[in-house]
Amino acid sequence: MSFQVPDDRKYLESHEWADADGDNVRVGITDFAQDELGDVVFVELPGEGDAVEQGEEFGVVESIKAVSDLYSPVSGTVTAVNDALEDQPELVNDDPFGDGWMLEVELDGDGGRDELLSADEYSEQIE
Amino acid sequence: MSLRKPPLRDVHAGLGATFTEFGGWDMPVEFDSIKTEHAAVREEAGIFDVSHMGEIEVAGPDAEELMQRLTTNDVTNLGPGDSHYSMITDEDGTIIDDTVVYRLSEHVNAEFLFVPNAGHDEEAYDRWTGYRDEWDLDAEVKNVTENFAMFAVQGPDAPDLVAEAADEQVTDLSKFEGKFVAFAGEECWTARTGYTGEDGFEIIPPAEYAETVWNLFDCQPCGLGARDTLRMEHGFLLSGQDFDPDENPRNPYEAGVGWTVKLDTEFVGRDALEQVSEEGPDEEFVGIKLVDRGVPRHGYEVTDPDGETIGEVTSGTMSPTLDEPIALGYVPTEYAEAGTKVRVVVRGQSKKAKIANVRFLSDDR
Repeated sequence: MSFQVPDDRKYLESHEWADADGDNVRVGITDFAQDELGDVVFVELPGEGDAVEQGEEFGVVESIKAVSDLYSPVSGTVTAVNDALEDQPELVNDDPFGDGWMLEVELDGDGGRDELLSADEYSEQIE
Repeated sequence: MSLRKPPLRDVHAGLGATFTEFGGWDMPVEFDSIKTEHAAVREEAGIFDVSHMGEIEVAGPDAEELMQRLTTNDVTNLGPGDSHYSMITDEDGTIIDDTVVYRLSEHVNAEFLFVPNAGHDEEAYDRWTGYRDEWDLDAEVKNVTENFAMFAVQGPDAPDLVAEAADEQVTDLSKFEGKFVAFAGEECWTARTGYTGEDGFEIIPPAEYAETVWNLFDCQPCGLGARDTLRMEHGFLLSGQDFDPDENPRNPYEAGVGWTVKLDTEFVGRDALEQVSEEGPDEEFVGIKLVDRGVPRHGYEVTDPDGETIGEVTSGTMSPTLDEPIALGYVPTEYAEAGTKVRVVVRGQSKKAKIANVRFLSDDR
């Protein structure tokens, strides 16, 4: 089985992604992660204005079979939350790098983004 | 300890199934997605490999007496080809395991076949042979779990699919009836039973013909994940989770299966259960629906609206059919009426919930 690992993202070992460019970056979970979880039925996210810190919990994703903590790939302030996930949590399964995004974060400095894995490095991890 | 493998483990792996350990067995948990598999069974049909279920055969002149004295239901009511749901209880009336008891239609191997849950076959065999010897009964008990596969074909289209796959008529079987039916020339015990709340059949092929029989069915393969969500929507008990003689000892009246207890028969646990029956149970097995958002899961605390602990979730999920969070668990009888407001503590947060009919699909409250 092969999973999407787009080059324009950077990755945390715990299977979250962040946009590779820009100061206001989107955050979500990877194709590999959504496949491991199976049918996502509930996502609990922070509110706009909340601070998130790299490597720290920012929310929870629940599938039918499992509950999993979400770890922030970057440090900064939440500027937007994907409200669509409230009614359509399955977007995380259907389009994890697109419509299934979770947060937009205004980075605190570089937000620790340089410490994240590249697409190649992350691909190796999930092989 | 290595895991026991169903005969078709590699066939399922080839279909892309993911596996989980269940009752000491390495079983497929998901083939496509739980939602897809669940919907297939509710709307069309699906096939499950449930070879982890035990099979114990009981034969001989005292087979009936042995079955009668070790299960709560009345096996003398079973004619050839009949089956019923029953409890295996200890002296205190605590449920050790639940099972389906079949009186086989032809005396091919044995008079009775019963199906303990995954990982309970050896314990059942020991119990049956131990009591047989203690009571000096003339009965032969065989644990044939490893000799057979077991498939469940379930869903509104299941009768058509099974009829098509079988060499002979099967739809003459009514609910809980069984007989030996040839599939591709191989005789398999086949009964109109299941664990999904849908119409369907369970087929027990000899292990060496498992693949041949499996391949006769062109429908959605389903794993234990969907089996779990399907049974929860109907409030069916899961052994070892909704009751467990060590971790969550329950008697049949608490567990909502008092109807399987026939106090006018002699069986281990009868006297204790007669007392419970007269006094009434202190707690009841109920359905719980979350009003707030969240997913209830095994072990989560149930409280009254003031935060006082009143029970625990034994099973929970997001119901794929209702698209609502549902749970099963025990609460004191005074809280057991449908509509009663309770709370479920989901990861430290107290979520509003209410008691619901344990058969979630037959009640909208």
